[in-house]
Amino acid sequence: MSPIVRMILGRLALGLLSLVLVSLVIFMAVELLPGDIAQEVLGQSATPETVAAFRAELGLDQAAPIRYVHWLGGVLTGDLGNSLATGRDIGSMIVDRFGKTLFLAGYAAAISVPLAVTLGILAALYRNSIFDRIVNVATLSSISFPEYFVAYILILLLSINTPVFPSIADFGRDPSLGDMLYRTFLPAMTLVLVVTAHMMRMTRASIINLMAQPYIEMARLKGVGPARVILRHALPNALAPIINVVALNLAYLITGVVIVEVVFVYPGLGQLMVDSVAKRDITVVQGCCLVFAGIYILLNLLADVLSIATNPQLLHRK
Amino acid sequence: MRTLRLLSSAPPTALFGMTVIALYALVVILAPWIAPHGQTEIVGLEFEPWGGDYVLGTDNLGRDMLSRMIYGIRNSVTIALLTTLLSFALGSVLGLLAATLGGWIDQVLSRLVDVLMAIPAILFALLLLTITGTGIAQMIAIIAVLEATRVFRLTRATAMNVSVMDFVEAARLRGEGTGWIIRREILPNITSPLIAEFGLRFCFVFLAISALSFLGLGIQPPTADLGAMVRDNAALITFGDMVPLLPAAAIALLTIAVNFVVDWMLHRASGLKS
Repeated sequence: MSPIVRMILGRLALGLLSLVLVSLVIFMAVELLPGDIAQEVLGQSATPETVAAFRAELGLDQAAPIRYVHWLGGVLTGDLGNSLATGRDIGSMIVDRFGKTLFLAGYAAAISVPLAVTLGILAALYRNSIFDRIVNVATLSSISFPEYFVAYILILLLSINTPVFPSIADFGRDPSLGDMLYRTFLPAMTLVLVVTAHMMRMTRASIINLMAQPYIEMARLKGVGPARVILRHALPNALAPIINVVALNLAYLITGVVIVEVVFVYPGLGQLMVDSVAKRDITVVQGCCLVFAGIYILLNLLADVLSIATNPQLLHRK
Repeated sequence: MRTLRLLSSAPPTALFGMTVIALYALVVILAPWIAPHGQTEIVGLEFEPWGGDYVLGTDNLGRDMLSRMIYGIRNSVTIALLTTLLSFALGSVLGLLAATLGGWIDQVLSRLVDVLMAIPAILFALLLLTITGTGIAQMIAIIAVLEATRVFRLTRATAMNVSVMDFVEAARLRGEGTGWIIRREILPNITSPLIAEFGLRFCFVFLAISALSFLGLGIQPPTADLGAMVRDNAALITFGDMVPLLPAAAIALLTIAVNFVVDWMLHRASGLKS
């Protein structure tokens, strides 16, 4: 077996392990709930019999390890249990909203990734130029902005002062793709502004780090032209750090979505999660958390695998 | 004299940052004396426009916006500072112990931190808040623990680099205790990255707390808080009024200021003069 395949398999196993651990942490968090879920849901006036019956219905009368295995089995087959507040099936609640969240995050990613990587490479190549300094101050400032600040500024400018885009990102029935892109333009833009700054700074830092390596200096001293130094020598080695930066920021996008969805009243998973926290609907929060954390881990895993698969040192090993 | 020379070598962004931080510190300390009204005092009608009796108008319940801003800065900054200090107390002490003692203590702590960091902080905070219910004390504890994992990582990594050096080895062979080695040999060598990290962590904590308050899950009314103020007055934006943006701008300004200063410190520490 080639070392690359072995390393990738190792990473996959590690990723699977962290998924299991995270599911265990999310499950255990509920175990630590002070008091009894059944009592909490039914209220003070419930008789001991109803509480006992409800506990049996939820499966709370079994030992924790057995419930964990049951819960995990359910999660794997798409059954996340029922909401404590409404009794609705969580799986069907999440699926639709998760699709909306992915659409928004994907929209933002499609704009921000090429933008950030290009700007980052340019800033690194023209290091300490006026362009680099302006970009540095601009990105440092936009990192410091709370997401909702960016969101409301965009609403004020593009939705109220000059009404171009809607401030509430709600699709009607059967919207066309163009319509969806138009209606979610402001939330997507908010995410782009926040994420691009992070991604650009990290890309810049990793390219600068790379250009300081001895083999780049060697190539320059050999008399290789600047374009060839970048394309042949630097870029193949820069891929891994750039992939990592992108994955890290896509993962950040997934969590940044929570606030943006609330501001624009976008019916995504983040909104559902925030509403459920306020209602203390622990089973729904658990489900949302598991989905978000799963995506987060998968993205990091994908980055790991891709950066191994594109690593020139591993590919050209004698 | 040295401080003066250091300040004159600072770039304009860092000077701007330090001035802003000093101004915020003054507001935090002097809030009760400079605010024209109390933070929960209802002084007029709802949403009175700015200018006139109330410099920034009144909020959704008829409270003076300027006074709420001043108290909001005081409350939010104090709580964020307290949370950051807590996370540093926890994270750096454990990180130093893990780096100097090594062995199973290091293994257990590091794996625990790995698991905690596998879930994005804001999601974890939401999950824990569902369990504990919303409240200032719960929020401080939850965010402090989650941020402590990041502090732990950095402290452990930097302390590791120092603890393998010869002078630490010499101190060990001399028979110095763990406490002495940490205080006298390791800590002085890792203070500058830790101070820079403190600034960055403060920004994260400040933004996280205001985000939770904005979602209605952090600092609870009637206590004035910058994040919650944005949410309460967001309806005004539909009328093209900028007032609800002011608390958000106050958050952004302080985080920018801290970032500028930290950026300069990191730049100096890395020895780059350009």
